[in-house]
Order: sequence, then C-alpha cells, then structure tokens
Amino acid sequence: ESFDLGREATPEEVAAWDIDVRPDGRGLPVGSGSVTDGEEVFIEKCAVCHGDFGEGVGRWPVLAGGQDTLAGERPVKTIGSYWPYLSTVWDYVHRAMPFGDAQSLSDDEVYAITAYLLYMNDVVDDEDFVLSKDNFADTRLPNEGGFFMDDRHKSPIFARTEVCMTDCKETVEITMRARVLDVTPDQAADEPADETMDQEAANPKSTTLAVVPEPAASADPGLVTMGEKLFRKCKACHQVGDGAKNRVGPVLTGIVGRPVGTVEGFRYSKPMAQAGEGGLIWDHKSLGAFLADPKSYMPKTKMSFSGLRKQEEIDAILAYLASTAE
Amino acid sequence: AGDPAILEVQPWAQALGDGVDARPYGFPSPFEEQVKRRNVDWLTADPVSSVNFTPLHDLDGIITPNGLCFERHHAGIAEVDPAQYRLMINGLVEKPLIFTIEDLKRFPRENHLYFLECAANSGMEWRGAQLNGCQFTHGMVHNVMYTGVKLRHLLERAGVKTKGKWLLAEGADASAMTRSIPMEKALDDCLVAFKMNGEALRPEQGYPVRLVVPGWEGNMWVKWLRRLEVGDQPWHHREETSKYTDLLADGRARRFTWVMDAKSIITNPSPQAPITHGRGHTVISGLAWSGRGTIPRVDVTLDGGKNWYPARMDGPSLPMSLHRFYFDFDWDGRALLLQSRAHDSTGYVQPTKDELRMVRGENSIYHNNGIQTWYVNNKGVAENVEVS
Repeated sequence: ESFDLGREATPEEVAAWDIDVRPDGRGLPVGSGSVTDGEEVFIEKCAVCHGDFGEGVGRWPVLAGGQDTLAGERPVKTIGSYWPYLSTVWDYVHRAMPFGDAQSLSDDEVYAITAYLLYMNDVVDDEDFVLSKDNFADTRLPNEGGFFMDDRHKSPIFARTEVCMTDCKETVEITMRARVLDVTPDQAADEPADETMDQEAANPKSTTLAVVPEPAASADPGLVTMGEKLFRKCKACHQVGDGAKNRVGPVLTGIVGRPVGTVEGFRYSKPMAQAGEGGLIWDHKSLGAFLADPKSYMPKTKMSFSGLRKQEEIDAILAYLASTAE
Repeated sequence: AGDPAILEVQPWAQALGDGVDARPYGFPSPFEEQVKRRNVDWLTADPVSSVNFTPLHDLDGIITPNGLCFERHHAGIAEVDPAQYRLMINGLVEKPLIFTIEDLKRFPRENHLYFLECAANSGMEWRGAQLNGCQFTHGMVHNVMYTGVKLRHLLERAGVKTKGKWLLAEGADASAMTRSIPMEKALDDCLVAFKMNGEALRPEQGYPVRLVVPGWEGNMWVKWLRRLEVGDQPWHHREETSKYTDLLADGRARRFTWVMDAKSIITNPSPQAPITHGRGHTVISGLAWSGRGTIPRVDVTLDGGKNWYPARMDGPSLPMSLHRFYFDFDWDGRALLLQSRAHDSTGYVQPTKDELRMVRGENSIYHNNGIQTWYVNNKGVAENVEVS
C-alpha cells in the first residue's frame, strides 16, 4: 500500500540540498583549484585547528603524514595514510568545514583545499597541480585497498557453543587497573579515599600502562621537552630518531653540527646544496636564522614552513634536535 | 529513644510544599542532582564535537530517561524550528518528495523500545583499564521507546527504482552528518521517529526527527534528519571511512561494521556506586543487550571467572532493547572480582577482552564488547581492573 502524503520536490529544491559526492565523482560540481591556491585558503581557514601542515593542533584531527603507522602501536590515521577515497575529502570539507562556518567555501576553494591536502600527503608533488572535476576520479589515495567488508561472523568468537560454569580456571590475578592511570574525570563524591584500598590493591601483580608517559629527556629537560612538543609542527615533513626516513623534508636526526644539505638520499633545492658545498654548517646561529624565516635566509628552499616567530621556540626546537644526535 | 528521622517532625511533614503551578515541566528531586550526564574532557578537542555519558550506575529497569540519554554531536545541538522542518527523498526514486512533520505523522505510527549504542562505547578500554565508572566505560548507550513511522512507507511512497540498493541519510546540523545504509535494512525495521518515551525528541537527540536503525551503531541513527537519497552504491563518506571503520593489527580495516555485538555490564556495584552497607544481602545488577535479538541469559561471576552463576533476568525481553539482570547473594565481605557474560538469542556469547584483542588487536577503537571486570575490595569500593 502507498500513502498519498507529502509533495513532489522541485528540481531547484533537490539541487539545493543534494550535495553529496561519491568515489566515482558523482555529485562533483564543475570547478578547479591548485595546490598553491589551496595552501592560501588552508592557512587562512583551516590551519587554526589542523596546523599549517595538517599536523593537527591539540586534539584536532591530523590530516597529513602517518604513512606506515597503521600496523604499529600508535596508528596515525590521516587522509594520506588511511582514507580510501578522495571524494570523501571533497564531500566532507564542502559539507562541514570550516568548523563553525559550514558550507561557506566556494566549490573552487574546496577543490583547492583538496589539492593542497593531496600535496601535504605526497599524493601529488607538484605545487602547480590543479585538481578539477575532470581529473578527480584519476586521483587515488594510497590506502584504497586497505579496507574489507565486515566479516566478524567468521571470527572464532562466533563459533563458541558452550561456556564453562564451574572451576573454569585455577587462579585469577589482577593484571591491570584503572587507578594506576587516573584519567577518570573528577567526581569528589564518587572518589573513594585511598586508605580504603586494601594491600592487594596497592600492589598490583603487574601493570601495563594504557597511556604511555612521555620519556624523560636527558639534558636541559625543560627546553628539550618543549622542543619535542613544538616539533609536532615539523613532523608532517620531517622525521627523527630510529627508523626515520626522508619524507617531504629530510631526516633531522643529529642535524645540529652537520654540514648543510648533506642528508643522504634527499633532493635539496639548488641553493641549499650549494650552501653546503660552500662549507655552511647547521649550528645554533645558522639553523636558528633559517627557522626564523626560511624563505629569507635560504631563497628557493623547498621548505614551505613560514617560520617560528619566537626566539624561545627556536631555542627549544634546536635543543630538541641537538638531543637527537647519537 | 529512637531514630530522630522518626521522633522529630520533619519540615515536609509540617509546612506546605509547592502547588501544581510551580513545576509545569517537572525535574528530579534536588537530592538526585548527582544523577547526570558527564563528559570526559581529555577525549576530544571541543565539547561542541564530543560525547557525554549516561549515568548507568544511577538507573534501574531498562528505560533511559530522556534527559540522561548520552549525547554525541559533531557540530553542537541544532535547534531546528519544526515549522521550517522538511524531509526530502531524492535520488533513484520515481518521484522526489518533500514531507513536513505533519505529513510524517499521517503515516501509520509504531512504538518500539530500542537501545542506541555508540560504536565507540568502551573504546577507551582497548589498551587496558582506563576509566573508573560504568558511566565512562559503558555509558554511550541508552534505551528509549520511539514513536515514529516505518521508513519503508516513505520509500514506497517515493517509489524506489530497482537499481536503488543504498540509502544516504543526512542530518540538518552544521556537520550535515551522512551515513550509507543498505536498502534491505532501510526497508526492514528502520523508523523515522519524532517521539522518545512519549514526548517530542529532545534537541540533543535530533528534534524534531531522527532516524532509528535498530541494533546498528548509533552513528547511523542520523539526528535532525533532513534528507534521504537512494543510490546504487554506498557513498563512503567521512563517518564510514575515516571514522567507524575498525583498524586491525595488520593495518587493514573492516568497513560497514554496522551490527552491535552482544554486551553486558554490571552497573551496581561499580566504581561510582560502591557497596556501602557492609556484608550481608546484596543485589548485583546490570544491563545486557544485543543488536541481533534478545538476551535470554546472563552469567555472573564473583571470582573473576572461576565460577559462574545464571543471573535473574527481569522485565520485558525485547529484541534490540536493553535487558535488566539481577544477581542476589549474601556477601561475606571478601573481595570480589565481578564480571557478567551475555548470551544473545542467536547463541552468541560475549567474549573476554583478551579474546577480542586476539582477533582485533588494540587499535580498533570501535565495537569493544569484551567482558568488564570490577574489583570490589573488602570495604565495598569498586575499581575497573583486568584479570588473567
């Protein structure tokens, strides 16, 4: 049976609300935008939460980097590392961003931001790349093949038919407790006094921390710790430490005290390579000046970072980088 | 000699109270002010795109009061004017349609009690015991009587074309939330609802109209529902790719993990609700639910899983609804390791957390239905722990 209720929608009404986009490009409007245009819009409208390089400010989402982390202990799920389809980026930015001013971006701006997100995620490496309705479906994200349909029913958990009711195990030990971490929100009335915990509670047999505390730094701990935090700004492009690889930028392990432009396997800009050949060393002074204003210190550098404004931040980053030397 | 509560005349027994005009929309007793939804600050960047939690330890029976249903917003609470409310159906249909609320209420109405659980409920516990309280470990669930109309009636009115295998549901808020739903489910038991527990939906639950997708993850129950589009493929939008996909240990991820697996939780005692009466007769109580049917049985253990006893199921047993269980026993004052284990009507048995981690790893975030353990010491104080 069908009920003769409601009315037919006009084509204009459907057009006004029908904003969704699919992986095959269905739903995309005519338009285009370049990486460079996208960088400009992104810095103006997105960076306040997502950071200049999509590294995420505070707990706001990280948008770039994270490649090869999905099978690790701390996966970083970004557009480049995790999202299967580019259409999802366009659709979501268009329908919900910027946060608090949704559906305010022009179609060309959304194309441009999407192009810049591709660039930040190394899916395209040309700053002149222009994303449009026409080449959209040709652009694939690296993790498209990383997903499969729900198959929970095949797990051994679903095969169980009987359960044990009596004498099911010989011993039971507490292996972990929430109190160790104390991340529960304060509720004075609900918090039992510590002295009511018995001896066993005070001495758990073994404890595995769910949230791993930051490792303590060895030298100048305050500055190094601050630098490590600040280094998050750099992480979208630079890696340090064990297993670090060149990404958008070179590996920075032990960079302080090293000749400029000499990290193996990284393709430097011409001026950077020449400066190294000329004997320039990355010391506190030179690296500090570079970080304060990269494009003035080293014209045509590939580094698209706009610079650190505070001397304190520069000192902290340098202290952190110096601490990464072997 | 005797109890002053009896021997003395209490103020409420002497003076007059408020008249009927004082509380035209009633609130709980001021003595119950601790019964409230709570947020976990460090979880999210901003309360506008965040979640709070149902105080399960303060509730009994199976109905969640409207004001205590946990909230999850992606762009805050949309305050939709019902006079301006429209629901559109478009896409692969014979005729794209617009409904007002009045139109919707003229379809045959139905009432159903369903649980709504966020797929991320208990998600903070994948790596180990973190939060002390069932409100925080299990409070992203609520159970409400919905009044609404079958989604099937609306789709049949629009005339779904034979190629129409998927439905996109879209919200009217500033996140314009979207999820892809297979047509089979849409035509089966989904509702377009406008009442909860008899009254209009609360703004934070999607007033004036939300989608009800029984047994499936809460994110699909689109609030402030404004549009339904019929298509031949899923849309793979943000909430079904970047979010609500289950990352496994090998770096691959499950998608479209819609159904909520059977789960249970002892709500009393629990870290926010210790045993305060000392040894003697004690009521253990909890909730169980399954997205696949009813809960005919829950087992309870007092010793961390050495020995199990069948709990007493109480109240209506309805598919895809919360079930209440009790275990009445005489506590001798010794420390307890409490767990509950749900069995659903398909025969599925709730797994331990370690069994889940074996097949899922620790990065899944979503669909953690592992057995919860409370350690209750000899003073009755409870703590969230894990056991061997």
